[in-house]
Amino acid sequence: MKEKQVKISLSHVAKAFGKKQVLKDVNLDVYDGESVVIIGGSGTGKSVTLKCLLGLVTPDKGTAKMTTDNIGMLFQGAALFDSLTVWENVAFVMLQKKHPNRAAAKKLAIQKLAQVGLKPEVADAYPADLSGGMKKRVGLARAIATNPEIIFFDEPTTGLDPIMSDVINDLIVDCVKKLGATALTITHDMNSARKIADRIAMLYNGEIIWVGTVDELDKTKNPYVRQFVAGSAKGPIQMEVKAE
Amino acid sequence: MQNQFFSFINALGRFVISFFRASGDLILFTAQILLCIFKAPFYIGETIRMSIEIGFYSLPVVALTTVFSGMVIAIQTYEAVSKFSAEGAVSMVVLVAVTRELAPVMAALMVAGRIGAAIAAEIGTMRVTEQIDALSTLHTNPVQYLIVPRVVAGTLMMPLLVLIGDIIGVCGGYLVGVTKMDFNATTYLVNTWNTLKAMDIISGMTKAAVFGFIITVLGCYQGFKSRGGAQGVGQATTNAVVSSSILILIFNYLLTELFFKM
Ligand SMILES: Nc1ncnc2c1ncn2[C@@H]1O[C@H](COP(=O)(O)OP(=O)(O)O)[C@@H](O)[C@H]1O
Ligand SMILES: [Mg+2]
Repeated sequence: MKEKQVKISLSHVAKAFGKKQVLKDVNLDVYDGESVVIIGGSGTGKSVTLKCLLGLVTPDKGTAKMTTDNIGMLFQGAALFDSLTVWENVAFVMLQKKHPNRAAAKKLAIQKLAQVGLKPEVADAYPADLSGGMKKRVGLARAIATNPEIIFFDEPTTGLDPIMSDVINDLIVDCVKKLGATALTITHDMNSARKIADRIAMLYNGEIIWVGTVDELDKTKNPYVRQFVAGSAKGPIQMEVKAE
Repeated sequence: MQNQFFSFINALGRFVISFFRASGDLILFTAQILLCIFKAPFYIGETIRMSIEIGFYSLPVVALTTVFSGMVIAIQTYEAVSKFSAEGAVSMVVLVAVTRELAPVMAALMVAGRIGAAIAAEIGTMRVTEQIDALSTLHTNPVQYLIVPRVVAGTLMMPLLVLIGDIIGVCGGYLVGVTKMDFNATTYLVNTWNTLKAMDIISGMTKAAVFGFIITVLGCYQGFKSRGGAQGVGQATTNAVVSSSILILIFNYLLTELFFKM
């Protein structure tokens, strides 16, 4: 893996909101074709890390770079546009072209919807009419619609039942493989992480404190990682219980 | 005592700082919009959709507020002046009051409640559900796609709304004059026509354009920076209506000063 090109590079990234230092020194390289999962408790800054990469948040220090801007992103709540139909969401980028061919765009959208296991009938529905799992699938279809080189997933299984979570995990693995894309996922769902990841990185206290494969994850002696994987309240990780 | 004094100074200082920070924020936001207005791509479809929403669907509330304003002004003027000069005075005062002040300000306050709130709620919801972030990842500039069409539609539609409000307001005065005060219908209309000055209409419509800009920019601004779920969106909606209403009244004064100097 090491001889491969670096596609995503986070180097000494720091970010504070007001007095709150969310990221202190985040370092992580993701190689071409690899699927990396960042795990960490909620509120540790996983989403902020992704937003630094996407340019939605400007880091105070350090650099967050990608080798391409042909990217796709599945948002935590799917972030579908309420005012557009499902197929218009999926084909959004195509429809923003100067003289869009709506028929061709719809055909492509239906094809992408099929890829995430949705029937053509869904194409004309509005996002408000869909269940949480279906929204995630449409979000996934939109993320892969432009055949991106890099795909980001923000908590892809949060809020779904275990079976639907597994369906989404399979779809993610499948889509990423089919596109040959590089994937960066953030989650606190260990089942999901095990299924999706080539490598896992743990974010704690504003830094990546551990990186390794799934096998290494089960063998590590790192007490923070062990506590997180075991899902135990006892250990070095202290949850901030007080309100932010 | 001293403690209370210091905490008062402290709170005052904090208020002043946050006021200037918010003003600076808003000015930067406005500058960003102005830069984007003349930059392709232009979302014509979205601009037309918003124009219909702002211009056409606000007609009923604007019509109602202006017709009653015109009627009230007619009665008040009639009571205030001597019976001999009433006929000429009522038509003139109604015309001037409606076109210069009542139609623009009433319409703007109504549209602030209707459209400003709706814009803040819609864009605020898009912010907290990450739809605005999603736009960026789909190679679309959210300011160009969401904000420019609303600001352009608001600035162009408000003057038209006010022009219609002018006509309806004058009709309100006419109705009261003719039915309640036994004025001669033709004389009333002729008097109105003779006192009509282009500048009255134009100044009112200019105010309306400025108010339309204020309403849409503040609605977008509050929505854009809203955070923290449904409660944040509710707060943004309230802030949009309150702040644009205040700014409308302040700018109404400033513009009136300006027009009288001219
Ligand atoms: N735009 C913002 N302004 C202020 N604080 C923010 C902003 N975005 C995130 N935060 C704060 O940063 C912290 C990390 O957030 P996030 O990255 O969303 O956590 P998670 O790891 O659950 O994804 C949270 O405490 C959040 O309140
Ligand atoms: Mg998150």
